[in-house]
Amino acid sequence: MAETLARRHHLLGLEGMSAEEITPYLDLAANYALLSRSRTAPRDALRGRTVINLFFEDSTRTRTSFELAGKRLGADVINMTVATSSVNKGETLLDTAATLNAMRCDLLVVRHAASGAPALLAQKVEASVVNAGDGMHEHPTQALLDALTIKRHLGTLSGLTVAICGDVGHSRVARSNIHLLTAMGSRVRLVGPPTLVPGVMQSLGAVSIHHDMESGLRDADVVMTLRLQRERMGAGLVPSAREFYRFYGVDSRRLAFAKPGALVMHPGPMNRGVEIASDVADSTQSVIQEQVEMGVAVRMAVLDRLSRMRTAS
Amino acid sequence: MTDLVFDNVRLIDPRTGQDSPGRLLVRDGHIAALDAPGAEGAPENATRIDGAGAVLCPGLVDMRVAIGEPGFEYRETIASCARAAAAGGVTTLAVLPNSKPAIDEPALVRLLRGRGDETGLVTILPYGALTKNCAGEEMAELGLLREAGAVAFTDGIHAIADTKRMRQLLAYAQGVGALVVQHPEDPSLARGGAATAGALATRMGLPQIPAAAEAILIARDIRLAEMTGARLHFGHVSTAEGLELIRQAKQRGLPITCDTAPPYFTLNESAIGAFRTYAKLSPPLRAESDRLAVCAALADGTIDAIASDHAPWDADDKRLPFAQASAGGTGLATLLGVTLARVHEGDLPLARAIALLTGAPAALLGSPAGTLAPGAAADLCLFDPEESWVVQAGALPGRAQNTPFDGETLRGRVLGTWKSGRRVFGEQTA
Repeated sequence: MAETLARRHHLLGLEGMSAEEITPYLDLAANYALLSRSRTAPRDALRGRTVINLFFEDSTRTRTSFELAGKRLGADVINMTVATSSVNKGETLLDTAATLNAMRCDLLVVRHAASGAPALLAQKVEASVVNAGDGMHEHPTQALLDALTIKRHLGTLSGLTVAICGDVGHSRVARSNIHLLTAMGSRVRLVGPPTLVPGVMQSLGAVSIHHDMESGLRDADVVMTLRLQRERMGAGLVPSAREFYRFYGVDSRRLAFAKPGALVMHPGPMNRGVEIASDVADSTQSVIQEQVEMGVAVRMAVLDRLSRMRTAS
Repeated sequence: MTDLVFDNVRLIDPRTGQDSPGRLLVRDGHIAALDAPGAEGAPENATRIDGAGAVLCPGLVDMRVAIGEPGFEYRETIASCARAAAAGGVTTLAVLPNSKPAIDEPALVRLLRGRGDETGLVTILPYGALTKNCAGEEMAELGLLREAGAVAFTDGIHAIADTKRMRQLLAYAQGVGALVVQHPEDPSLARGGAATAGALATRMGLPQIPAAAEAILIARDIRLAEMTGARLHFGHVSTAEGLELIRQAKQRGLPITCDTAPPYFTLNESAIGAFRTYAKLSPPLRAESDRLAVCAALADGTIDAIASDHAPWDADDKRLPFAQASAGGTGLATLLGVTLARVHEGDLPLARAIALLTGAPAALLGSPAGTLAPGAAADLCLFDPEESWVVQAGALPGRAQNTPFDGETLRGRVLGTWKSGRRVFGEQTA
């Protein structure tokens, strides 16, 4: 029951969502992408609504994307960035929830370093909660914007081979993408060293695991790279950035294993020369800038849909 | 103190092998005699308690309990813990030393014992810290702590990480004739982890602890115990692999023992789904195959005792994102009811289940508790093995309410608890 409720009012994750549940978000987002480009988006869909961006982790680009999405729909958007020093004080999270309830916020966009934090907030606030990334758990709007970008170029998600490369194990982006892409009928490959792509990730669904780039990228339609956090070196998971680049960096030689014209994606911000070569990032195959554009459209769609479900219920 | 006669009860004392209908006479706080049901010759003026066929067994001996006092009274005090214990039929508690200050001073051992006696509800058997401040480094004064009444030594919720130190601790403890109790989890594999490694933790994006962290430490410590001749006990064992190592060590005749706790034979990791922090425990809940292995090890005798692993936390310690929430659950009030599920499911005979909760842990700790033998203190638990009740966080006895069994229906209910012949729980029926 909690599950149904969670799906109706919040977007906490994509795990368990079917193609039928995902598609309406993508369709609405595609529409908003067109309207945004023609600058004719209706600026009143969220008029009178309050969107609060509650970020416990700094993320300028995601926050800005949500902010722009809310403003394009006419919402009042407020950004709250909670000092990282108090993140570990859990009272802050629930006290913040109580504060937000008192402010009568309608949509709450949450980024937090701990998996499950948006779910915890969703239990306590009256607003609809959008997960803008929680720990290593999920980042649903990122996966939706990736899917929309792919769909615009390749027409479909069904039957594609998508290689997700790099630090998959610690990645919420990867998890949400795995749930979405497998639900939509793509074949997903996880590519990276065993310390970053452990065998247990096989359990996430219809995915295959590759510890070398050649087999991982061969004939792929889409090559998705992930940011390699510096702390992975300190934790002894990877010896150095240069060794990682040598064996797992996406450069033009490796990209040649994929299908001609395969899409290159990255959720940003990029470490050029670590997980991706500059010439690949800036090549005609790269849709990285378009991902950013689709991010705004997807977030408009998510805020709009959740707001309407709220009104309807 | 007037005499007490328990009539119409099923007397179970695994320590003497008794399991039969009968009467039990209490005089001056001690068990005076046992005889047949309805026998003549009850003393005049004796208070008669009609058990109506319920089981009368020794008060439970819980060998793994954390209390908030001293240092964390907001979680639980000795007094509130004692009330929870009495409601659970527990009359003797072995208390972990991870308080603030840690129980690494002889005076603190005496203080804890005294504070237990003051409640009039329970006997506290303090564990002494194995290392100063339970920090895993300098050896605590094991000999002096033992003289003061520490029943065994452990760093409680922490394992001794350093292999050489553990060897020395075991050797020294062996010299003073003390039992060492280890938390079986390799500390470096466990560091920062919140859930057992596997598909569920991967989906939830939680920092993981491989189940093998248990077997790795158990294998090391069995070998060290063998080198030193020490008596070593593993607390709350929860994996098939760890239990198999203990089983083999026992077959080799080593003085290795272990206990487990009700969550590990009742729940599996799926209880943490939806980021349910009341089911966040240490060690973390395991896969179903491990739960079944714990049930099997209870049945075949590999596991020597069942302890509640009572770990009180305040709601604020639990209402946090999963990885940040404190690990542990309350267990005193639910210890008997949850354990009896093993009897109802056919894994354990009732007398064996009672043994695991009374005489067996008492023997491990060298305590005279846990028996109905004449002359013993009249610490008694009267329970109906069939009566059902629903566990409700918020309505449990004691201060801490963080039960992992919230909402579960338990079959088996404590009707009354007596400490040294004085009723400390349940309604007066006579």
